[in-house]
Amino acid sequence: MAAPMLRWGCRGRRWAFARVDGGSCHRRGAPTGSTSNRIRGESSVAQQPLHTAQKTRKGEHKWAAVVGLEIHAQISSNSKLFSGSQVRFSAPPNSLVSFFDASLPGTLPVLNRRCVEAAVMTGLALNCHINKKSLFDRKHYFYADLPAGYQITQQRLPIAVNGSLIYGVCAGKKQSQVIPKTVRIKQIQLEQDSGKSLHDNLRSQTLIDLNRAEGQLRVDANISVHHPGEPLGVRTEVKNLNSIRFLAKAIDYEIQRQINELENGGEILNETRSFHHKLGCTMSMRDKEGKQDYRFMPEPNLPPLVLYDATSLPAGADPQQVINIDQIRETLPELPSVTREKLVQQYGMLLEHSFTLLNEVGLLEFFQNVIKETRAEPKKVTSWVLNTFLGYLKQQNLAVSESPVTPSALAELLDLLDSRTISSSAAKQVFEELWKREGKTPGQIVSEKQLELMQDQGALEQLCHSVMEAHPQVVMDVKNRNPRAINKLIGLVRKATQSRADPVMIKEILEKKLSL
Amino acid sequence: MSSQARRSALRAGALRGPRKEEMWSRLVWLGLRAPLGGRQGFTSKADPQGSGRITAAVIEHLERLALVDFGSREAVTRLEKAIAFADRLRAVDTDGVEPMESVLEDRCLYLRSDNVVEGNCADELLQNSHRVVEEYFVAPPGNISLPKLDEQEPFPHS
Repeated sequence: MAAPMLRWGCRGRRWAFARVDGGSCHRRGAPTGSTSNRIRGESSVAQQPLHTAQKTRKGEHKWAAVVGLEIHAQISSNSKLFSGSQVRFSAPPNSLVSFFDASLPGTLPVLNRRCVEAAVMTGLALNCHINKKSLFDRKHYFYADLPAGYQITQQRLPIAVNGSLIYGVCAGKKQSQVIPKTVRIKQIQLEQDSGKSLHDNLRSQTLIDLNRAEGQLRVDANISVHHPGEPLGVRTEVKNLNSIRFLAKAIDYEIQRQINELENGGEILNETRSFHHKLGCTMSMRDKEGKQDYRFMPEPNLPPLVLYDATSLPAGADPQQVINIDQIRETLPELPSVTREKLVQQYGMLLEHSFTLLNEVGLLEFFQNVIKETRAEPKKVTSWVLNTFLGYLKQQNLAVSESPVTPSALAELLDLLDSRTISSSAAKQVFEELWKREGKTPGQIVSEKQLELMQDQGALEQLCHSVMEAHPQVVMDVKNRNPRAINKLIGLVRKATQSRADPVMIKEILEKKLSL
Repeated sequence: MSSQARRSALRAGALRGPRKEEMWSRLVWLGLRAPLGGRQGFTSKADPQGSGRITAAVIEHLERLALVDFGSREAVTRLEKAIAFADRLRAVDTDGVEPMESVLEDRCLYLRSDNVVEGNCADELLQNSHRVVEEYFVAPPGNISLPKLDEQEPFPHS
C-alpha cells in the first residue's frame, strides 16, 4: 500500500475541499485511490471563468463555468511512500507488497524521504507556499483493494498550498498564437494509493493486486456553473477520464448539461459522474446510500512532518533526518517559464516559438546545438528547426532523438545558405537528401547534385539577356507594368540556369536590364 | 490560570478541545440535535447529561459508514454513555488554546532512505487469504450492498 502519491490542487475560488464535509457522492464500488507514488493535485483552469455560454431562451443571463482539476501523479522513487517495497511496473501480482502494504496488524507506516523531497520540489516548481509543518490523516472507506479500510493522505494540512502555473493556450486562426494563462494550484499533498482490482463478473469475484505501481497520470474534474456575480453553483465530480482529449470533452459536456438542467428549472446534485467516451456524455455514479463520509481523523502513527530552511535548520542535526527547503530549491532545474523568457530575449523569437521548442522532448537541445555551430542568424535557425525540421519529424512520427539529421549537419547546411553558396530552395533539397540517412554531409550533397549557386555574374547576365531575347512578349508585358510578368521572366531564367541561380539576383539583373 | 499553565494542565489531563471536523462524538452530537424521527426502538429515554437521544437514522448511518452492528439496545446505551463521557470535554474552557494535532507532536517524524528492503513475499501473504486465484487475493465483487433502509429488520438481534 504505502506507495507514494502526491496530490496537488488548485481549484476555483470558494470551493472548500470536498473532503472536509464528506465530499461528493461516491459509489462505494468505485475505487477513489489512484496508483502508487502519485501526485494528486487540483487546478482551476483559469482565473477567469473557463466557458461562457449565452442563455438561449431568455437571453438575459450569461453563464460562467468554474472547473477544478484533481490530478494524481506518481512519484518517481525506488520504494513506496510508507514502506520499503519496490516501485516497479508490470511486476507479478502482489510481489511488491510488504507486510505493511498488505495491512497486516502491527505494521506501521514509515515515511520515504525521497517522496517528501519530490513533493517539496513540485511545490517549489509550482510557486507554492511550502508548509513547514504538515499533517497526515486517515480517509476511511471500504473497498476490497484497500485492505486497511483507510488511506493515509494529507487532508487537513498538506505539504504545499497556494501555487500557480503559467501555461500557453494555442489560439488564433492557425492556432499559431499562444496566449499565456495562469492557473492557481490550491494544494499539493502526499497520499497513499489503493491496490488494483480486476473484476471477474463471470465468477462474481474480484481479484486484488496490492502492488500499485501503474505509472499513470490521472485526472478528475470538478465542474459547476453560475451566473457571474452570484454564488458558485453546486459542483459535480467527473471521473474516468483517460486522456486530455476526453477531459476536454467531458468538461464541455458537463458544463452544457448543467446549464441545460438549470435553464429547464432542474437542479444540480452534488454527485460523482463518469464519462462515457463512446457516448460522449457523463452519467451519474450516484450511490443510493447517499453521500460518502470519509470520517477523516489524524493518522495516529505519524507525527507532524516538519521541514526546515537555511534559517531554521537546527544545528548538529542529522542531515538524513532533516529536509532543507532551501537546499531543495537549489537543486531545481531551470523552470520552463524562465527558459522561454531567455529564448525570447536572447534570440528574438516569438513567445509561441519558445513554447513549441520546449514542448518537444530534445528539441531545445537540438536547437541550441545548431546555434552553437552555425554562423547563420538565430531567426533563421529558429525557422528551420521549428518549420522544416519539426515538420519532417511530425510527418514521420519521430522523436528528436530518432532524427536522421544531426545538429552539425543542419548547422553546416545553414552555413552554406548563409554564405549564399546555395539558394533557399536548394537548401530544402539538401535537407530532404540528408533525411534519407545516407551518411553524406550537406557539402557532399551540394557538389553531387550541383546545387551551387551560379557565382558568375557575367554568365548570369548573359542568360538573362538570351531569355529576354527569346521571349519578347513577356518582356513587353513587364514593360507594360504587368505585375505577374516579371515573375514569369524570373521563372524562365531560373529554368535556364537549372535552378542554380539566386532568384533575388535574377530579379536584380532583369530589373536593371529593363530599366525598371 | 495563565494560558501556559492551562495548556500544561490540559496536556497533563489529556483533555483536549475537540477539533470541529475530527471528533466523531461531535458528529453524533449534531445528530442528536437533529429533530427526532423515525423508529425510536433503540433510542433510550435516559438522558445522562442532557445530551439527547440517538435517532435510529443516526444508528443506520453509523452502521453503514463503519460496518458495525448496533444490534442491541445495550449497544446503543453504551454508545450514549460514551458520548456523554466525551461530552465532558465541553466543560473545559479552551478559548485561546491552540488545538493539539497529534500526541506525537513533540516527536520527530523518522525519514526512511529510498531503498528497497522488503516485498517479494507474495507466497507468505497469500497464505492469509481464504481464496486465491493465481497470485491474486480474491474478494467478493465490488461491495456487498447493505439492505435498504425500509427492508431492514428493525431489531435483528436481541
